Amino acid sequence: MATLTYRDALNQALREEMQRDPNVFLMGEEVGVYQGAYKVSRGLLEEFGPQRVVDTPIAELGFAGIGVGAAMGGLRPVIEFMTWNFAVLALDQIVNSAAKMLYMSGGQIPMPIVFRGPNGAALQLSSQHSQAWESWLSHIPGLKVVAPATPADAKGLLKSAIRDNNPVIVLEGEMLYNLKGDVPDSEHIVPIGRADIKREGSDVTLVCHSKTLSVAVKAAEQLAEQNVSAEVLDLRSLRPLDEAAILESVTKTNRAVVVEEGWPHSGIGAQIVDLIQRDAFDELDAPVLRVTQADVPMPYNKVLERAAKASPEKVVAAARRVLYLE
Amino acid sequence: MTATARSPKDTTQAELHLKMLRQMLLIRRFEEKAAEAYALGKIGGFCHLYIGQEAVGVGALTALREDDYVICSYREHGQALIKGISPNAVMAELFGKATGCSKGKGGSMHLFDVNRRFMGGHGIVGGHVPLAAGLGFAIKYKGGDQVCVCFFGEAAVNIGAFHETLNMASVWKLPVIFLCENNRYGMGTAFERVAAVTDIVEHACSYDMAAELVDGMNVLTVYDATRRAIERARKHSHPTLLEVRTYRYMGHSMSDPLHGVYRTKDEVEEQKARDPITHLAGKLKEEGVIDQAALDAMDTEIHAEVEEAVKFADESPDPEPDELFTDVLVD
Repeated sequence: MATLTYRDALNQALREEMQRDPNVFLMGEEVGVYQGAYKVSRGLLEEFGPQRVVDTPIAELGFAGIGVGAAMGGLRPVIEFMTWNFAVLALDQIVNSAAKMLYMSGGQIPMPIVFRGPNGAALQLSSQHSQAWESWLSHIPGLKVVAPATPADAKGLLKSAIRDNNPVIVLEGEMLYNLKGDVPDSEHIVPIGRADIKREGSDVTLVCHSKTLSVAVKAAEQLAEQNVSAEVLDLRSLRPLDEAAILESVTKTNRAVVVEEGWPHSGIGAQIVDLIQRDAFDELDAPVLRVTQADVPMPYNKVLERAAKASPEKVVAAARRVLYLE
Repeated sequence: MTATARSPKDTTQAELHLKMLRQMLLIRRFEEKAAEAYALGKIGGFCHLYIGQEAVGVGALTALREDDYVICSYREHGQALIKGISPNAVMAELFGKATGCSKGKGGSMHLFDVNRRFMGGHGIVGGHVPLAAGLGFAIKYKGGDQVCVCFFGEAAVNIGAFHETLNMASVWKLPVIFLCENNRYGMGTAFERVAAVTDIVEHACSYDMAAELVDGMNVLTVYDATRRAIERARKHSHPTLLEVRTYRYMGHSMSDPLHGVYRTKDEVEEQKARDPITHLAGKLKEEGVIDQAALDAMDTEIHAEVEEAVKFADESPDPEPDELFTDVLVD
């Protein structure tokens, strides 16, 4: 077991998978000479050369499509977006090409490609650079979507994503890159589609993923001081969703709060609530509540930004409401 | 000149020309049959016919090797046939049948045959242009000497993906031939009404790329130009932009008018006078390579082949209901 940052855990995953399979290559803006906009690809150009660590112009649509074409030609591309805000320019290739190639070719063309990069808000980057895209991306059949919250999950899920023969979206977090955690030394794989209980509890389930794990854990700590035992369920994968894990936890606690970075309308939380009310209706002792970003573009001002984001305090308040403590 | 008087080289050339004539005629008759089947409700959705443009697909694909890649827009029935997908499998796909080349899941716009390196019909204008560069990237990455030919219409030149891709293909020297079929109209919009630069070939200057302007109504001219581009790609891994000027006789899709408000009937008739099939047939007759009786026999044979394709498609089963949920992801 080694202690690594989330950034270095991703770097290890890339390095190990590129060593393992010569058809894996990394392409994106600043991934080579600059060593990565967030240094996730540090050292890879030196080790693997410019053919396998490919610096691109700022042309997300074009290089995402070149990645899709390379996968059609038998390679296993890892396409890095400097942020998912810029990847919106490439959605035609992700949605219309990558996600549908296998189906519309009648099963002839698999699409082993990874699209990855930071997602969601950092600090004071304002409206265009502070968006969480998971509900958009996980809406699409033909894609898998993962959102690791810890260094160990980042490494294990990225390795799974690169080995998967389907297009996999890996949502990272700029605010997570410096997060440290234990990462197993040996070959460490986290299967796609499995949630993980990060903290056990019995009174209420806090469902979270990616950056909202730390929000949920802090909320659980505060709730513990109020004699409330909160279970923290980290989804890790958003498509496929580990429905069994969600239902099992809710069956135990009978109450749930879903925490996400995205906006409330048509969000990931809406999908979770749909699942719980449909398949665990009789287990519920209270309506499921959601904590999301405020339904506004992200403001620049620090005070307003804080008010817009999901926070431990908002999660504690929601948990107290489903426990009828308010 | 008689056949016996020809040198071996002439004989080879005559055979090649006859093959191209037959392929153009096959596309023409296939598309006419598809139009009939569409009118009868056997084919649904969009159906973009290639009639008038046959010389482009045939000339270009005749210059390719079997292991070269082809990727197309949604007007791709002709290229699919020439790349070797059987008329039965293409027609069955248009009919949405299980025996179609995409198992009935793709339809007219999404014909695929990965074994023949026919990498699809794609439905978003310009969306497949980067995919072609990606195939070129994969060829180069693996050290192969194949090339990729990408067919797209002139309207795709106004799409950002076209410019992003040509830039990267040139910077990375990818073995790709970007073949623009300029049929003058993006649906009902004349290119000159929406393009600041109407000589598409000039766009190559922006990307330091080799380019050629080609008469797309002459299959031999298309063949020669594509051969030159393939040589650049195969030997030197240099991309080329070909602007091939052609004309579509039919409406944009089957549901659209032949001319209507955006072009005149006279214009369509004027272009039909330059018909690529009539042109090559006339030339080969003049050269004594074929006579009218042989031409008629060829046409009869093709008619029968296309009739058989319709019969095959009509009698083929729909996909099984559980096919709805297969091929979304691989296991």
